[in-house]
Amino acid sequence: MSTATAAKTATTTFASALNTAMSDAMERDPSVVVFGEDVGPLGGVFRITDGLTKRFGTDRCFDTPLAESGIAGMAVGMAINGMRPVIEMQFDAFAYPSLEQVFSHIAKMANRTRGRVRLPIVIRIPYGGGVGGVEHHCDSSEAYYAHTAGLKVFTPASVDDGYRMLREAIDTDDPVVFFEPKKLYWSKAEEDLSALREQYESGASGQDHSVGPQGRARVVREGTDVSLISYGPSVSTVLKAAEAAAEEGISAEVLDLRSIVPFDDEALQRTVTKTGRAVVVAEAQGFVSVASEIVARVQERCFHSLASPVLRVTGFDIPYPSPKLETHHLPDVDRILDALDELQWED
Amino acid sequence: MTDSSTKNTAPEKTAAGPATPHQAVDHEPGHEKAEQAARIQEASRSFGISAEQYMLPAAQQIRLLDPEGELVPEDQQGTGPGHEYPIPEDETLLQAYEALVAGRRVNDQNYALVRQGRLAVYPSSHGQEACQVGAALALGEADWLFPTYRDTVAAIARGVDPLEVMVSFRGDWHCGYDPHQYKVGPQSTPLTTQLLHAVGVAHAAKLRGEDTVVLAMCGDGATSEGDFHEALNFAAVFEVPVVFFIQNNGYAISVPLSSQTAAPSLAHKAIGYGMAGERVDGNDMVAVLATLRRAVRLARENSMPLLVEAMTYRMQAHTNADDDSRYRDADEVEHWQRADPLVRLGKYLTAKGALDDDAESRIAAAAEEVAASLRQAMTAEASNDPLELFEHVYSAPTAQLREQREKLADELQRSTTDQGAN
Ligand SMILES: Cc1ncc(C[n+]2csc(CCOP(=O)(O)OP(=O)(O)O)c2C)c(N)n1
Ligand SMILES: [Mg+2]
Repeated sequence: MSTATAAKTATTTFASALNTAMSDAMERDPSVVVFGEDVGPLGGVFRITDGLTKRFGTDRCFDTPLAESGIAGMAVGMAINGMRPVIEMQFDAFAYPSLEQVFSHIAKMANRTRGRVRLPIVIRIPYGGGVGGVEHHCDSSEAYYAHTAGLKVFTPASVDDGYRMLREAIDTDDPVVFFEPKKLYWSKAEEDLSALREQYESGASGQDHSVGPQGRARVVREGTDVSLISYGPSVSTVLKAAEAAAEEGISAEVLDLRSIVPFDDEALQRTVTKTGRAVVVAEAQGFVSVASEIVARVQERCFHSLASPVLRVTGFDIPYPSPKLETHHLPDVDRILDALDELQWED
Repeated sequence: MTDSSTKNTAPEKTAAGPATPHQAVDHEPGHEKAEQAARIQEASRSFGISAEQYMLPAAQQIRLLDPEGELVPEDQQGTGPGHEYPIPEDETLLQAYEALVAGRRVNDQNYALVRQGRLAVYPSSHGQEACQVGAALALGEADWLFPTYRDTVAAIARGVDPLEVMVSFRGDWHCGYDPHQYKVGPQSTPLTTQLLHAVGVAHAAKLRGEDTVVLAMCGDGATSEGDFHEALNFAAVFEVPVVFFIQNNGYAISVPLSSQTAAPSLAHKAIGYGMAGERVDGNDMVAVLATLRRAVRLARENSMPLLVEAMTYRMQAHTNADDDSRYRDADEVEHWQRADPLVRLGKYLTAKGALDDDAESRIAAAAEEVAASLRQAMTAEASNDPLELFEHVYSAPTAQLREQREKLADELQRSTTDQGAN
């Protein structure tokens, strides 16, 4: 990834990118407040809010009683009264008690009040599997939120996007559900966070890598034969599959959606019309999923460019399995390569 | 900004002072008490009663006027040390009476409009107007009110333009007023969700060092919802000035309160959160106002939440879609007819010489004006623009919403062209 001064790059984790994004936002804007379960002195069970209470005090980063609806509902009130709450749900499946507040108020308040009350709330949710987590700790719940009009749904797949997209999420006046692939927390990249900060705060990041008000997907590997379309935790797997496919002589382009809502139809159209083939990869169950939506949009918009049916590689339509069985459920390189084989290549 | 960083490090504060028989709970390291508990101890000590006596509702509901509008003898008012409720001054009561009469007119006018099929729905607060008016009048200008679907009269008494309130009941848009303009949340339908919004508004104000009080309303049945619990608990833990105001009208649609809870009263729930609860005769405007004003004052002075349960009755069906004869007797409704809040306050003020014929007719005329504005709201040309449907979903419409907007615009265009051709 391009950075301003190569000399300053350091090994940076996804977790520290997110942490820095929050502290930078809090530094710049006193109305940004962070709260949730164990986010205070402990720094969150994943340590993503590490040090924020110490640096900004308990008014700005604080623990709440154990009640997810309370966290989301209080965020609504604080946002009505001029704050920009960044709330943490401890795990994907433990966000479910908050859904009434999210669906009935956070998503609808701006529309209900004709734009007079906007709720600039960020709901951070560690999500997805691949970490050996027990039941209720590995759900891919993005479709529930993406289906709800009024919410934006972001999910970064790289360290730099982690920083940049969280800053954007905090700064947008719309509510954003921010899905953090928990298997990426300790992934590393050579990044210069202060360069990213400068880039972001000077508005220079806009051109290339910002998600922007309309959602901007990112081609993370160029190719000509097939488009692999993915987001969040699956992107790294898809990149590996593209690597393997290249060895078999297939040139795969990889599109990282980054923003599920708003959806970047133009980027989708661009890559599929270019390659003529598409496989959508996501961890979540495939039935009535974000992957289904992408397939529908491809056939609506790119039908005449298609050389073969559009396929999906997703989790099975089962509750998330226990740790020893999860590898059978999650899309892996082989399953993606199998899908590539199924595409009609004789043209 | 307030500094709450010492909150969990000062457990000793509460240990001092004379032990009362109820003060038995120890607090060992790792089990420190919240500061709220210390404040309650302090307050109760100043009244010479225990913290429990302070937090529990008085032995009987607070009632200052009997159904005939006579002052209840002091020893029967339900008041006592730590539960004192001085009678508001005549001027305030007259203002309340005016709002009561207007509120009744709003309820009856809208009931009529529903029957004429001109309103989509109207949950009436006929019989509960003292609670509605009390909620609005207890607050200061910078305070916030969070009403429910039933609390139209409270919103109007707070100053929301009746025309704007009617937007939702007319079926034009989900909320017709600007919550910031009036400091009134949108009338909330998902039960008790708004109580948490109240907590958030109060917390944001507190962090900025403002002394905003928030009054949040809900019904008796709604107290079974999870958000009721979460809101009371959050408010107590964050020590924010929210007055939770429950109108106990005995029913949640058809279900009586006995099927909702086994608690001795809803006001008793307060103590479980470490806050004070009080029960008041909700059809006694004087008592409601006295109780809510004191709650608002205590909330503001001590930055802490309180709960008030008003015993009242909904004289009409839940909404126009409801048939109340399936779950309650006419006798019961008849009984409550005799406890009408308007009649009661009217008699009291008349007997005191504070309300004469002139004032009565001035007040009736003002109420008629409000009713006229409601009728006008019905006849006003609907200015609905279907294309507005896409406008407010996000701060800027997404590409998808722009496409869908164009599609609808095209449909509309074609349908007017078709009509033109016919
Ligand atoms: C979460 C939720 N569940 C169900 C309903 C449907 N509903 C609307 S009003 C009502 C009864 C509420 O009773 P209560 O809280 O006593 O208030 P009241 O209507 O008597 O003023 C119900 C069940 C709702 N609005 N919200
Ligand atoms: Mg009720």
